[in-house]
Amino acid sequence: MSNLLNISSSPHVRSKTSTKSIMYDVLLALAPAALFGIFNFGIRALVLIVVCMVSCVLSEYIWQKAMGLPLTVSDGSAALTGLFLALNLSSKFPIWMAIIGSVFAIIIVKQLFGGLGQNFMNPALGARCFLMISFAGQMTSFAYDKAVGLKYLSGKQLDAISGATPLAMIKDGSMNLDWAQVLKMFLGTTGGTIGETSALCLLIGAAYLLIRKVISWRIPVCYLATFAVFYLIFGGHGFNLMYLAAEFCGGGLMLGAFFMATDYVTSPITPKGQIVFGILLGVLTGIFRIFGASAEGVSYAIIISNLMVPLIEKVTIPVPFGKEGIKDGK
Amino acid sequence: MNSCTERLKNGIITENPTFVMMLGMCPTLAVTSSAVNGLGMGLTTTAVLILSNVFISLLRKVIPDKVRIPAFIVIVATFVTLIQLLLQAYLPSLNKALGVYIPLIVVNCIILGRAEAYASKNPVLPSAFDGLGMGLGFTFGLTCIGICREILGAGAIFGHQFIPDDYHITFFVLAPGAFLVLSFLTAIQNKLKMPSATNVDNADSNIACGGNCASCVGNCSVANKGLVEAERAAEKAAAAKAKAEAAAKAKAAKEAKAKAEAEAKAKEAASDGKED
Repeated sequence: MSNLLNISSSPHVRSKTSTKSIMYDVLLALAPAALFGIFNFGIRALVLIVVCMVSCVLSEYIWQKAMGLPLTVSDGSAALTGLFLALNLSSKFPIWMAIIGSVFAIIIVKQLFGGLGQNFMNPALGARCFLMISFAGQMTSFAYDKAVGLKYLSGKQLDAISGATPLAMIKDGSMNLDWAQVLKMFLGTTGGTIGETSALCLLIGAAYLLIRKVISWRIPVCYLATFAVFYLIFGGHGFNLMYLAAEFCGGGLMLGAFFMATDYVTSPITPKGQIVFGILLGVLTGIFRIFGASAEGVSYAIIISNLMVPLIEKVTIPVPFGKEGIKDGK
Repeated sequence: MNSCTERLKNGIITENPTFVMMLGMCPTLAVTSSAVNGLGMGLTTTAVLILSNVFISLLRKVIPDKVRIPAFIVIVATFVTLIQLLLQAYLPSLNKALGVYIPLIVVNCIILGRAEAYASKNPVLPSAFDGLGMGLGFTFGLTCIGICREILGAGAIFGHQFIPDDYHITFFVLAPGAFLVLSFLTAIQNKLKMPSATNVDNADSNIACGGNCASCVGNCSVANKGLVEAERAAEKAAAAKAKAEAAAKAKAAKEAKAKAEAEAKAKEAASDGKED
C-alpha cells in the first residue's frame, strides 16, 4: 500500500530539473563562447580554462573532504565557476594567479559562507574582482601573440597584437567607430577576455538557456534595456545606435547579463525582484562605464547588485492568493 | 594568581581586545597594512592606555558618577595629545604613517572600555597592569595582522622584502585584505580554543565575563562580574528583608487587632458585669 499511496505536502508538481542538470545546461550554453575563445586566442586560452576548472573542482573537493561535508563536486557548480572565471581572464594571464583566483572563488566566496546556495555573491565574479584588485596589470593586459584565429580572421600577418579592448578605445576616443568595427565586435574578433569577445556565441548560448527555461527573460532584458536607456541619455554620443551596439557587443555585458547575473543563488527569486535587480544592474553598469575610471563595469555592477538581493527580495515578496487588498496588520 | 599577572594574562590572551573582544576595529583594520605600522599603533595605544588607566584609577573617587564619561575622555585626550606631540618630535615617519589614527585613539573603545569597566573601580597598580595587558594584547593582534598582510601583499617582513614584486597580492594591503586576515586569525584563535566567551558552551568561571552570553549584562571583567553578583545578592537580601518586614508588620497589625478585640470583649464583659 505504501508504495501506491504517497502522501506529502505541496508542491506536487515534479520536474526533472536538478542542480546538476541546470549546471550542465549552463556549461553547454557556454561552450560556443569558450570554443570561440580558444579559436580566437589559441591554445593558451584552453590551458587557462582547464587550469581554472580543475583547480576549482579540486579545491571544492579538498575543502569538503577536510571539513567532513557531503561531497557535491559532481553537481558541476565548481566546474562552472572555474569556466566562468577563465572566460573572465585575459588569455595571457599567469597560470599561478588563475589558480589563486580559483581557490579564492571556491573557498572564500563560496565554501566559507556555506557552499552552493549560501554564497552571497557570484564566486567567479568575486574572484575576478579579487584578481582585478590584486593583479591589475596582468588583468588588463590584453596582448595575445598566439592569437591564431584572430590573425586569420583579421586577414593580417601579425606577430603580436597588443592593445586595449575596443571598449577602452571607445572610452578614450582613440578609435573611430564604424559599423564594420561593430560587426567585428559582434563576431568577437577583437581583444578582450577569453569568453567576452563574441557576442554572437554568447547569444547562441543564451538562446539555448532561454529555450530550456533555465533562465528567465526578466533579468537580462531589464538589464540590457535599462543600460540602453541610460547610455542613450548619459553616454555623450546622443541618440547614436552605433555606439550603443558597440557598448552591447564590447566588454562583458552579454556574458554578464545572460550568464552571471542570472545565477540562481545570487539573484532574486521573486519576479518583481528580478525586474528591480535588472534595472539596478543596468544603472550601475551605465554609471561605471560612463563615469568610472575604467572602461568596464559589469563585474562590479553584478557583485554590488548581488549584495542588494536580500533587500530587493524583502520588498518584493508576492502577495499570496486570496490576500490581495489586505494590508499588513489590518 | 597574583592580580597583576592575572591582569596581564587577561589582556593578552583571555580577553584579547582584537581577537576575542573585537574592540578598536577601526585602527585594527586601517593601519595594519604593514607590521611596523601595527606595532607602532599598538605601542602608542598601550602607552595611552596605561597612563589613562592610572590617572582614572587615581581620580576614581573624585570624579562624580554622572559626568564620568566626559571626565574620562578629557583625561584620555590629554595623554593622546602628549603622545602625538612626542611622536611628531621623535618618530615623524611613524606619525606620518599612522596619520589621523593617532588623534582617533581618543575614541578607541578599548581605552574608554577599560576606564569604565576596570580603572574606575580598582586600585592604581592593578589598573596599570590592566592597561599594560590590554595594550600588549592589542599590540600583539595588530602586529600579527600587519605581518600577515605585509608578507602576502608586499612580500616583506618589517620592511625587509624577500618576495619579488611580481608575486605580491595587492589585495591584502588594501581594506578587504584587512577584513580577511582579521577573520582568519580570529578563526585560528577560536580553533586553538583559548577559552573565551566565543568558544565556551556553558558558564565557565575562568572566563572573566562568565561565558554565558545568554545572560550577559554587557560587562566584561572579573571585577564587574563580582560587582554585578554582589549587586544582585544585595537586591535579593533587600527584597527578603522587605518581605520579612512586611510580614512582621502584618503580624503586628494582626496582633494589635486581636488585642483590641480582646480588650473590647473584656470591656464589654466588664460593662456587662457592671450592668448586672
